[in-house]
Amino acid sequence: MIEVTGVHKSFGPLKVLRGVDLTVSPGEVVSVIGGSGSGKSTLLTCINGLEPIDAGLIRVDGTEVHAKSTDLNLLRRKIGIVFQQWNAFPHLTVLENVTLAPRKVLGMARAEAEDIAVRQLTHVGLADKLRVFPSRLSGGQQQRMAIARALAMSPKYMLFDEVTSALDPQLVGEVLDTLHMLASEGMTMICVTHEMRFARDVSNRVAFFKDGLIHEIGSPAQIFDAPIHPETAAFLNTAR
Amino acid sequence: MVSTALTLSDLAFLAKGAGVTLAVTAVSVLFGTLLGVIFGTLRTLLNAWTAAPMTFVLDVLRSVPLLIQLVLANAFQSIAGFGWQPFTVACVVLSLYTASYCSEIVRGGIEAVPAVTRRAARSLGMTWTQDMTQIVFPMALRVSLPSWIGLTLGVMKDSALVLWIGLIELLRSSQILVTRLQEPLFILIVVGAIYFLLSFPIARLGGQLEKRWREND
Amino acid sequence: MFNYTFHWYQAFRALPDMLWGALVTLELALLSMVLGIAFAVLIAVGRNSEYAVLRSAAITWVEVARNTPALFQIYMAHFGLGAFGIHLSPYVSLLAGITFNNAGYLAETFRGALRAIPPTQTRAARSLGMGPVKAFRLIVLPQMFRIAFLPATNQMVWAILMTSLGIVVGMNTDLAGVTQDLNVRTFRTFEFFAMAAIIYYALAKTVSLGARLIAWRLFRY
Repeated sequence: MIEVTGVHKSFGPLKVLRGVDLTVSPGEVVSVIGGSGSGKSTLLTCINGLEPIDAGLIRVDGTEVHAKSTDLNLLRRKIGIVFQQWNAFPHLTVLENVTLAPRKVLGMARAEAEDIAVRQLTHVGLADKLRVFPSRLSGGQQQRMAIARALAMSPKYMLFDEVTSALDPQLVGEVLDTLHMLASEGMTMICVTHEMRFARDVSNRVAFFKDGLIHEIGSPAQIFDAPIHPETAAFLNTAR
Repeated sequence: MVSTALTLSDLAFLAKGAGVTLAVTAVSVLFGTLLGVIFGTLRTLLNAWTAAPMTFVLDVLRSVPLLIQLVLANAFQSIAGFGWQPFTVACVVLSLYTASYCSEIVRGGIEAVPAVTRRAARSLGMTWTQDMTQIVFPMALRVSLPSWIGLTLGVMKDSALVLWIGLIELLRSSQILVTRLQEPLFILIVVGAIYFLLSFPIARLGGQLEKRWREND
Repeated sequence: MFNYTFHWYQAFRALPDMLWGALVTLELALLSMVLGIAFAVLIAVGRNSEYAVLRSAAITWVEVARNTPALFQIYMAHFGLGAFGIHLSPYVSLLAGITFNNAGYLAETFRGALRAIPPTQTRAARSLGMGPVKAFRLIVLPQMFRIAFLPATNQMVWAILMTSLGIVVGMNTDLAGVTQDLNVRTFRTFEFFAMAAIIYYALAKTVSLGARLIAWRLFRY
């Protein structure tokens, strides 16, 4: 379970998170929607401890993420994250990109890591690209590779940070399909996204984020068809 | 205070040496740049085979130590009976040396101008000459200037080697003083400081130009 | 104009001696590169140090190496250190001078390479559970190596060319030194130095072509 309680975070004078509360139960898919620069992405990087927080509490399976005693490297093994910019490691082949962390972080033998990597890459439709360097892949393929790379660590949770925003329109579909598949397999996911159709179809709950706060959270039907908050309605009108 | 036997007239002697360093540098950079622009432009115009002999010679000038080039040129002019002064030999060798590097900078600058830009210029009805003078050279200049400043500073530093063929430039002047005054460290530090003062401000200027232009791109 | 007979035969007879000299030249250049890389790494660490003294020492090293002649740096090692009672042989002075120069330039090369790698790479590595050291070693360092490789081999060519400055401080075992010795004995300056020029050219070209070949084999991405 991921529990976010009263989290505050500022970059200098800029208050990005102003008391965010959010609980995600195992097997749940939560989409976070909202305008650009509203702090949605920062929330994700705080959850896996890439960013420190100023106040509040984030717990993952009961472990306090920002406690001094927490081994973040250990914790991050169960929280996969995929960024808007796919960040392929350019000096490694697709297969090596995916096997690197299992081998060097989990200490897995090469053969075992490759088994897992091939399975995950097949899963995201890249079985024919194992020996290719990322520079030869399209953006959508690189993004799917990044997803396989995160999945190879067998995480309990996956965080997706606007994973389709930097893609050409015709490549968005293939990545969303991958996310769809993961959701249907029961992966616990938080997806920051601008794809409203996707949020509606896949999520158990949708959160509307604005000015560093979750203004409204509820079922997709409720948020999209009967938003309570006028801000939510206004945002959905412009987003459609 | 450091007590030293270095007098004002010794400092004037060093200044004279620095003057020779600057003179050799100025002459070589001037002629080297002129030649470099010609060679560099030619290399973009000719095909690889036609340009091969020129490319080879320029490559040799960059791959043989400057000191060896100076010795060879000096020996050659005396064999041929030119009767050149060391200053002339130094300027000829350093000019060719500068030209060999400058031609690479010019070629790089011209090749950095995108083909579409040139097509656009020609499609506006510009002639080849107009395209070169109005579009290509101004754009290439921007790309090349920081490297050219670096080259100029490099030539100034490398000009120290002309002391080997008997020219009394800055470093040689210091050596003469060292022999007389027996204060090698102090005099060398003074000379190092002079080189540094000649080079560092221009190097910083070049670095800043490069940074500003990169930000604007 | 040419009332001079070229004596190429003498130069050819000296070829073995000169080739031995070329080996010394290569040895000097290689040593100065290995030491130079080591010092360049120390400079890079020093630049990021929390101690102001170390930071300014690192910056001074880089700026002096880049803004004064290499020959001056060799003079400093040979004559300047004498003030502290340190008298280095020509070989050691030359090695020290070139190493100082290499380290200054290589430090800048490494710094540029480090800056060329986007911080998001480290972020991605950290998010996979790698610690800072592992992320640097497995993700940043290999990419830095690729960016710095060709500039570093250029510095190696420079090092070879710089070894010729040894004759100015009395070096007589490297290629330039051997050539100068032959010259002093026979006064066949042009022939001997022309031969030396060809050998230097061959050395420089071998290194730069070899480097390109290695880079092509090594960096397939």
